[in-house]
Amino acid sequence: MSSIEITGLTMRFAQTPVLKDLDLQVRTSTVTAILGSSGSGKSTLLRCLAGLLRPEQGVIQIGSTVVFGKGIWVPPERRGIGLVPQEGSLFPHLSVGDNVGYGLRGRNSGGRIAHLLDLVGLPGTSAMRPHELSGGMQQRVAVARALAPSPHVVLLDEPFSALDAALRDDVRQDVFAAIRATGATAILVTHDQEEAFAVADQVAVMMDNTIAQQAPPAEVYLTPVSLDVARFVGDTVLVPAHGTGACRAKTALGELPAQDPTSSGASGVLVFRPEDLQITGDGPVLAHAAVSSVSYHGHDTLLAARAGEQELLIRVLGRQAVAAGDDVTVRVTRPGVFFG
Amino acid sequence: MRTRLTPLHLLAACAALVSVTPLLYLFVRTGSAGWADIWQILARPRTLELSVASLGLAAAVAGTCIALGVPLAWLLTRTAIPGGRLWLIVAALPLAVPSYVAAYTWLAAFPWLQGFAPAWAVLSLVSLPYVVLPVAAVLSQVDPAFDEVARTLGDGPLRSFRRTTAPLLWPAAAAGGLLSALYTLSDFGAVSLLRFDTFTRVIYTSYRAAFDRTSAAVLSLVLVLLALLFVVLERAMRSRHQQWRVGSGAARRAERVPLGPWRWPALLGVVGLFGLAVGFPMVVLVRLMVQSQRFEADPGSWLAATGNTVQAAGIGAVFAMLLALPIGVLAARHTDRVAKGVESAAFVSHALPGVVVGLSLVYLGLTVAPALYQTLAMLGFAYAVLFLSNAIGSIRSATAQVSRNVEEVARTLGDRPTRTWWRVTARLSAPGIIAGALLVLVTAMKELPATLMLRPTGFETLATEMWTFTTIGSFSQAAPYAFVLVLLAAIPAFALARLTGRRS
Repeated sequence: MSSIEITGLTMRFAQTPVLKDLDLQVRTSTVTAILGSSGSGKSTLLRCLAGLLRPEQGVIQIGSTVVFGKGIWVPPERRGIGLVPQEGSLFPHLSVGDNVGYGLRGRNSGGRIAHLLDLVGLPGTSAMRPHELSGGMQQRVAVARALAPSPHVVLLDEPFSALDAALRDDVRQDVFAAIRATGATAILVTHDQEEAFAVADQVAVMMDNTIAQQAPPAEVYLTPVSLDVARFVGDTVLVPAHGTGACRAKTALGELPAQDPTSSGASGVLVFRPEDLQITGDGPVLAHAAVSSVSYHGHDTLLAARAGEQELLIRVLGRQAVAAGDDVTVRVTRPGVFFG
Repeated sequence: MRTRLTPLHLLAACAALVSVTPLLYLFVRTGSAGWADIWQILARPRTLELSVASLGLAAAVAGTCIALGVPLAWLLTRTAIPGGRLWLIVAALPLAVPSYVAAYTWLAAFPWLQGFAPAWAVLSLVSLPYVVLPVAAVLSQVDPAFDEVARTLGDGPLRSFRRTTAPLLWPAAAAGGLLSALYTLSDFGAVSLLRFDTFTRVIYTSYRAAFDRTSAAVLSLVLVLLALLFVVLERAMRSRHQQWRVGSGAARRAERVPLGPWRWPALLGVVGLFGLAVGFPMVVLVRLMVQSQRFEADPGSWLAATGNTVQAAGIGAVFAMLLALPIGVLAARHTDRVAKGVESAAFVSHALPGVVVGLSLVYLGLTVAPALYQTLAMLGFAYAVLFLSNAIGSIRSATAQVSRNVEEVARTLGDRPTRTWWRVTARLSAPGIIAGALLVLVTAMKELPATLMLRPTGFETLATEMWTFTTIGSFSQAAPYAFVLVLLAAIPAFALARLTGRRS
């Protein structure tokens, strides 16, 4: 299978940049999620990779083959790439089996089609028509179709966003199990941070038309490279702070722990995740705060609280006997990340 | 993103070039007459007279169509008029009466009719649907919530109509009016039968007279330029109208206004109007048919004419689709400057009156390609040029309905662009493309002026037979041909009505 190497990719639509000097490395047989808000250029990146759009500058290499570079342009049909579009886009005039077999040229296609339909959990549907399938089934077929010619790379363009939340997890799990079973390198474009974290080996956060950070999910979440990335990938508690030169930062709530040494005197902000703050246990005390609202999510509860001028968000497991107006002692369980 | 030219661009550009050849040739031909001669023809008082007459007639028809068409569309879609939605189908029927057939029935009933007023009335009646159909479509699409919000914000019903509905309506009405003006400007049959001198009639007579061909060419160019102006205006209006198209269509349907005691006068008006536009010609036609039975029946020439008509129009439809295919696919899939330029071949074709295409192809045949002069191929080519815009339109919309994602998937699965088109796009757009070809076929079957000028010697179609009998005053002998023509023309009229019905 193939690794992917993108360097200096640049593209504009009518003078508006959509990709700015973008670099991305993807290791063979891994799943990489490209996480970005709408308009961040993530779909454009995917389409450049597939060969459906031609960028202006840069190099795209798939495996050992340069598919785009100075004077080089490999059309999509010769890139060995599978594409799963947002709405599946099954060929409406072909049966399910013919859809899956579309990219197979005379090879033992009957057996291959049956095998792939098994793989995506839809055995025996070969003779059905696309319109007879539910949305989730259509997406499974679209994945089988993309995998049929044994592509080195599979590109998925927000393939689960049109599905019901209840269905989404199952389809997602089965689809990535099928992709991993083939060993193909997969790139998933999504705006859903939970989805990216759940399925990907690597998450590439796309902001302002370039990759802001590429790392394993936990690293992106726990040690984001910028405040923007921190805020984009999850809820944050922002505490204005000054650096001290040590792994601490001065704030209105006192000195608080930071992950890395903070540059002395630099003013900035110390970022915590809501679950870094707790109202029980024995971490260092951050503040005494008044709870202003409680939102209960079943598996966890999100508390909004206020300590002087400082707004705090606290995520606690399960249900806590706390109501709006209660006073709580907030403790820090993990050092914050300082951005100067 | 820079424009990347594909082989499709090249193919489409060639097709566009071929389709504007007659027009280009007309320019060359006219230019070769020398500026002095051209100026002398343009400066004739007669030319000014013709311009005033042609534009006056076009303006009068457009004005009438808007003035009658907008209230009519409102009555049919927004009021509880007896008959309801059935009227929307009836509204398209005037299109089934070719202008020269309508003029012929009025002449058969009142042989003394001639000049401006009858031409105005006949052309207004047959082109009424150009305004009624699009306006009715808008009226039944507009989200009633607009009006309701306006009402809650303090507008009375009339003020609300003027502020919320009318602005949405106006571009559709104006585009329809311009279309009826264009139709009038290009019309040859009705004005000729009713002996009202417009550009088309004078061009044809000076071509027939054979001594003044430069004059015919110069007048043709003036006519084409005027028609182009209308086409450009119409497109501008239509694009405004489309920008304002609203929502997903999930909106509720507006409540119909109860007319109370007014519904009978309203019904009388609607019935009267459609009676004049469709009922009257049909009654006269049937009466003439019955009379024609007294003449010796000659099914032989009638069958031959039908066969010839289908044959010539069939060749025209094939040519039109061949030329339109690259242009339509390009227009549906690319928005670059080249694609836009190539697509403008469509609106040039839309602006070319049959008389002009006939004339330029006669010149072209006589001087450049004598082997093709008065052949079916030449006549087919004329039809292709005349109805290219219909063909492009149907291919374009059929192609645009095929999701681009589906094509992209095929590309990533290893198909080259042409193979993708053949395995995916063509399969999915085939019904639309075939329907488009059939519409071109039936439209070409009723074409009159270019057929008169270009048909092979002794080759008679339904339109030319009917024309010949009518011009010598044998109205009842013309009747069977006219009758078949109306039946044929009803096909595209119904297709259009269904389209409007589906949208509403």
